Amino acid sequence: MDLSIAAFLTQDGVTNGAIYALLALALVLVFTVTRIIWIPSGEFVTYGTLTLAGLQLGKPPGTVGLLIGVAVVAALVESFATVRNGEWRRLPARLALWLGIPLLIAAAIWWAAPRAFPLPVQVLLTLAAVTALGPLLYRIVYQPIADASVLVLLIVSVAVHFALTGLGLWFFGAEGSRTPPFTGASFQLDAMTFSAQSLFVVATSVVLIGALYVFFGRSLYGKALRATAVNRIGARLVGISPSFAGALTFVLAALLCAFCGVLIGPITTIYYDSGFLVSLKGFVGAIIGGLVSYPLAAAGALLVGLLEAFSSFWASAFKEVIVFTLIIPVLLWRSLTTRHHEEDD
Amino acid sequence: MSIPGARIASIAFAVALFALPLVAPPFWVTLGNYIGLYSIVALGLVLLTGVAGQTSFGQAAFVGLGAYTTAYLTTHFGASPWLTLPAGLAITLVVALALGFITLRMQGHYLPLATIAWGISLFFLFGNLDWLGGHTGVTGIPPLTLGPIDLKDERRFYLLIWAIALAALWATHNLLDSRQGRALRALKGGLEMAEAFGVNAARLKITAFVYAALLACVSGWLYAHLQRFVNPTPFGINQGIEYLFMAVVGGAGSVWGAIIGATLITLLKQVLQDVLPRLLGRAGNFEIVVFGILMILLLQFARNGVGPWFSRWLPKRRPPPVPDAPGLSARAHARRHAGALLEVRSARKQFGGLVAVNDLTFDIRAGEILGLIGPNGAGKSTTFALISGALSLTAGDVVFRGESIGSREPYRIARLGIARTFQHVRLLPQMPVLDNVALGAYLRGRAGVARASLRLDRDEERRTRAVAARAIARVGLAGHQHDDAVSLPLGKQRIVEIARALAADPSLLLLDEPAAGLRYLEKQALAELLRSLQREGMTILLVEHDMEFVMGLTDRLIVMDFGEKLAEGAPIEIQRDPLVLEAYLGGV
Repeated sequence: MDLSIAAFLTQDGVTNGAIYALLALALVLVFTVTRIIWIPSGEFVTYGTLTLAGLQLGKPPGTVGLLIGVAVVAALVESFATVRNGEWRRLPARLALWLGIPLLIAAAIWWAAPRAFPLPVQVLLTLAAVTALGPLLYRIVYQPIADASVLVLLIVSVAVHFALTGLGLWFFGAEGSRTPPFTGASFQLDAMTFSAQSLFVVATSVVLIGALYVFFGRSLYGKALRATAVNRIGARLVGISPSFAGALTFVLAALLCAFCGVLIGPITTIYYDSGFLVSLKGFVGAIIGGLVSYPLAAAGALLVGLLEAFSSFWASAFKEVIVFTLIIPVLLWRSLTTRHHEEDD
Repeated sequence: MSIPGARIASIAFAVALFALPLVAPPFWVTLGNYIGLYSIVALGLVLLTGVAGQTSFGQAAFVGLGAYTTAYLTTHFGASPWLTLPAGLAITLVVALALGFITLRMQGHYLPLATIAWGISLFFLFGNLDWLGGHTGVTGIPPLTLGPIDLKDERRFYLLIWAIALAALWATHNLLDSRQGRALRALKGGLEMAEAFGVNAARLKITAFVYAALLACVSGWLYAHLQRFVNPTPFGINQGIEYLFMAVVGGAGSVWGAIIGATLITLLKQVLQDVLPRLLGRAGNFEIVVFGILMILLLQFARNGVGPWFSRWLPKRRPPPVPDAPGLSARAHARRHAGALLEVRSARKQFGGLVAVNDLTFDIRAGEILGLIGPNGAGKSTTFALISGALSLTAGDVVFRGESIGSREPYRIARLGIARTFQHVRLLPQMPVLDNVALGAYLRGRAGVARASLRLDRDEERRTRAVAARAIARVGLAGHQHDDAVSLPLGKQRIVEIARALAADPSLLLLDEPAAGLRYLEKQALAELLRSLQREGMTILLVEHDMEFVMGLTDRLIVMDFGEKLAEGAPIEIQRDPLVLEAYLGGV
């Protein structure tokens, strides 16, 4: 290996690592606020890519049907809860929220699909559709069992992953898709070639991480989420609804994952079932941060990206083996350096 | 003696099971074979997930380890399959021990995450190693022979699979009904309590994980010789997830749940794979959508699985009376000890900037009842936790019979002869009082997992039950020994806590507010009980709020306020101490 190959692999690794970092942040966010180990995050990445790919082809992507279906179920669940609590008057507002908004987004995509809008518009539509799925799924699946143990929530997450993968096959088909890069430009610096797309990915990740930092540090909603993460019951006592915190968390997390999908689309071909491995790479990063630390999770994700790039050069057949075996020394290190107390639940 | 209904049901099940290959068409025998193989894996998960509260998505990888080991050794070296089984078990043991050691000392969610990663790694490893045939796999695995009997025929293989499955079921059932089984059941929801009675929880969790992994390995070995070829597909992560679904669907609390779950999921998958593609007009593994939704609904509405629906139809077995048996031998510690039994030396506990216990020094003399009192927030409970090992000291030391215990884990402290009760009752709610109390005698038994599985622990078990029954009778709850702990009123649950501590045969008894929630007469009975224990040589430390109770009972009192010792002396002196009066009444 010479320096130029090393530089190329590093660029590749940092680009992938930046995407995994976004994912790892979403996973840490979801875990700290809701205690959910969000395995199905990968399907949101997949949906992001496949939705954009559909729009590129000028036909309405499967997301439209999926969104309508999920929204109808969420609306039914919400209506049932509302009626049971005797809150008839609130029903229209809630239906507008849980059914109306998703249907509007679905309609917009349906309308926009054949019209070949420029890429940024299609990206915005994609983000809107996939982001909407986050809180809808939280409402249907997790909110009714928000107090269950971490273990139960984890098994449910795996079940959701199963369901979403199968639904992905149904709504998007078995073919793989790629999306066009935002820019094909590249430029030379000394002997090294940088692709503008890589820089774009890294810059986007940095901007999003910065935006999250501001959101959590400055905004009231961000502080409410942080409070919930620190102490669920305490947050509830000062008026932060756990359901609201959960739904908001899933809006943010789904948005981050959809963004990952848009960013990863030009790099790898994405199939309906590619998400699982992607999300697990995010998890390896997040676990390096103990599932609680944002900076460590981002650093861990970067490490995963680099490891993946270099191992695909040396032993491409064993790329996944190497990346996932990394979790063992990481866990060993964590188990030896931190003192743990089992939660009793 | 009449034959209990549950036994009739088991026998009927066994007869039907073994008659199946004689009468059923081959398709059903094949299905039966798979159900048997899956049941063996699910059984391990019942123990790991349903009982011990841990979980693994990587069981399929252990199945693969068993299958590939025998596939490789029999085809490359012509080894006998009966020798490759121990080889596979040995490899599985090493891998499971390593994974368990790394993850099980940490919080519960690291094990499942690690097993997902390990499952995927192994899947890709199988698929990419040329000497294991890559994605095509290994063919030409020899059939099993049992002496002169050739098990090539599926119907004969069926008998072997189910003989092993039932043996595993029997062993697991025995294990749950034993000393280690009680400790295992306590891991989920009663971890701190179990450790206070000497259970090494981390080690026991690893044991459960290894047990489940070994069962999976056996299933893989059988699979390889049934199919006579292996490739990576059936050992992937999706199969690992389905194994867990089987355990959850069946109801992870009972061993029968494994068979029920394996049967339901296998049949459902068969039907769905048949129906869904025709319904949707497309091929693909759409059954995972149904499985996923089914699991979500099940965990939302019936977290105990469908197993309980089946057991409702079985006649309920009346618990047999506890036969009288000689007790377990007394613990090897002297009741009598000259001087101070326990010394607290400048103990200090800080939580960040808050000093909860500030250089506290006192001792407990052998044979006395010492009371620790003080207003709310004085640091009594923290002190209690420092002595029992539930919290670690910031500085200072605690010395028990000349040995420093300040930095020991609770289960090591328990071994020295200290038993405790909990301020917030820590009983296993769904377990009978008798089993709850028997858990207290954990350190007085010896039987391990292997002995219990083979039912070689019955003598010790009889003695343990006798000890538990006596402790229950002693605290006056003889009529309640078969009731579930949760069915007792809170006051009585506190008394059960004392019985459990007595079953440990301690030399020092630590009681955390035992009189809270008791009525007047119950309090009197409790005081009488504690006095009689004292006459037998027991030393007792009492943290209590109820002044009347404490004043009449204790020999000496330590009064704490703001983390420090305010006063020390006989109750009568304490009542007159101006400092104490000021602390309680705000000055007079």
